[in-house]
Amino acid sequence: MTSAPWEDGSDGREERGGRERDRQGRSHGSRRGGGLPRGGDSLAERSAIGLLWAAAISAVAVLGFIVVYVLWHGLPQLTPEFLLQSPSAMGREGGILPTIIGTVAVTAVGLIIAIPLGVGTAIYLTEYTRSEAVTAIIRFGAECLAGIPSIIFGLFGFLFFVIYLKMGWSLLSGGLTLAAMVLPTIIRTTEEAIKAVPLSHREVSLSLGATRWQTVTRAVLPTAMPGIITGVMLSIGRAVGETAAVIFTAGSSLRLPTSIFSPVRTMSVHFYILAREGISMPRAYGTAAVLVLLILAINFAAYWAMNRFVARRT
Amino acid sequence: MAEFGIVEEYDPLEMKMEVRNVDLFYGQHQALKGITLPFREQRITAIIGPSGCGKSTLLRCLNRMNDTIEGTRVTGHITLDGDDIYAPGTDVRALRRRVGMVFQRPNPFPLSIFDNIAYGPKVNGLKDKERLRHIVRTSLEGAGLWDDLKDRLDGAALDLSLGLQQQLCVARLLATKPEVILLDEPCSALDPISTLHIEELMRELSTQYTVVIVTHNMQQAARASDYTAFMLAGELIEYGTTAKIFTDPDSERTEAYVTGKLHRT
Ligand SMILES: Nc1ncnc2c1ncn2[C@@H]1O[C@H](COP(=O)(O)OP(=O)(O)O)[C@@H](O)[C@H]1O
Ligand SMILES: [Mg+2]
Repeated sequence: MTSAPWEDGSDGREERGGRERDRQGRSHGSRRGGGLPRGGDSLAERSAIGLLWAAAISAVAVLGFIVVYVLWHGLPQLTPEFLLQSPSAMGREGGILPTIIGTVAVTAVGLIIAIPLGVGTAIYLTEYTRSEAVTAIIRFGAECLAGIPSIIFGLFGFLFFVIYLKMGWSLLSGGLTLAAMVLPTIIRTTEEAIKAVPLSHREVSLSLGATRWQTVTRAVLPTAMPGIITGVMLSIGRAVGETAAVIFTAGSSLRLPTSIFSPVRTMSVHFYILAREGISMPRAYGTAAVLVLLILAINFAAYWAMNRFVARRT
Repeated sequence: MAEFGIVEEYDPLEMKMEVRNVDLFYGQHQALKGITLPFREQRITAIIGPSGCGKSTLLRCLNRMNDTIEGTRVTGHITLDGDDIYAPGTDVRALRRRVGMVFQRPNPFPLSIFDNIAYGPKVNGLKDKERLRHIVRTSLEGAGLWDDLKDRLDGAALDLSLGLQQQLCVARLLATKPEVILLDEPCSALDPISTLHIEELMRELSTQYTVVIVTHNMQQAARASDYTAFMLAGELIEYGTTAKIFTDPDSERTEAYVTGKLHRT
């Protein structure tokens, strides 16, 4: 008898059940999980392991070096005035408050647009459409988008949102451009997270008299949530640090935004301009330090949120 | 049809569900061939047969879970209290509440014990906290779990042992107040002690509900059921009281199977 995926669940679901048991620390003991055999490693094996180890260490080292370097030069700049005042003399003096607000605002607008769209698309692709063609086309489109350099998004946003739709340099134009940029990430990660939800959750839900929609919102999405949050966090990280896509679309105004039609300058753009035009290197490092700290904070918050979420649900 | 003359003998009053001349196709593949079978009220009916013979498929016809698989086609009649459940306009959600299902693997949601049991009532529109609490309690009692779990309703369902998880799945089902309970090899993932618990529970349930169990385990069918149906390659070979099927079956193939002589795939 050939075993296809739909067959009574003894294959696919077996595995999932196993994983569930693993999570509870039951079932599979440590007998199998003893790791690689230690004794008698060949020279080739040992050097391969050494290389892997070196690769891992250097990855962490590079990250650590960048963070330390930026903070080393930037932290001395961080005074309350620097964080809470508007810049003067093009940024040579004063603080960077409008760029902090601009960064947060443009990212928020982008995410507010991208999350419902991306999650909705992923739900549609995984739970609703049965047309292979539609799925393939949308997936192909998303993949292509993911490979496009962000400057192209900037150019597109400029031509389409800023000029053609007459939105001007604004939070909205910048947010829409960022949304287009992070959409593929959100779609893909949400799709993966939804597909990882055991089929049995859906079956049980339907068998208890739930509608398809209730099944998606109450049985599937909560289980997929940690994966979805991961995708959103990756997207936020990318959007917060993005320069090329926003410099053409959100503008570089140093005034505080008053509506989503206001132009703003993000921290990364500010940093770029300060450094590029040679306005003030110390201020540029100060801005970079705030940006790095913000990204670190977002990542820690993400871990914290996820752990809490997982702890509450399982 | 002569092979199971019993079909003519049964009393229509005690029939909860009835399957008549049911064929089922998965695309081109015919998985059920002319099945005719009664399910008696407040009795346990076991469906046995080698794997791949269509037991799960038949079970999933009874609450129309096969509807969720693209390309399935069912012909013939299946009735619940005399009403055809495949008739156009049937409320499938209401049907699934009346005919509930326990699956092969314990599959609680990754939620608390309370939320697992409240899931069914909630998706069916119940919001009242007090009534939800009451239903959770009676359902746990019905599944013999209340004393064990009453102090940890907020605990994670997945932290329970597999046996308790399966009992919890029964409780979750009871919360929607079903009339028929379908169990698809409910013990195949469980240890012998938990298996006995589930069998006792089934016995208990059969005082109120109509119970149908698919099982691979011959002893289980012999021990725990009132009626037994034996299937082979999509066909019903024989149906009768469990005592008769296991001690004096009409069909040679039934005899070969229950005595372990038929090669089980
Ligand atoms: N979703 C499906 N699509 C196509 N064929 C299926 C599907 N589910 C089961 N089958 C086939 O139908 C037959 C009966 O399967 P099943 O009812 O699961 O058997 P059992 O529960 O007795 O092991 C098998 O030959 C199986 O391969
Ligand atoms: Mg089966």
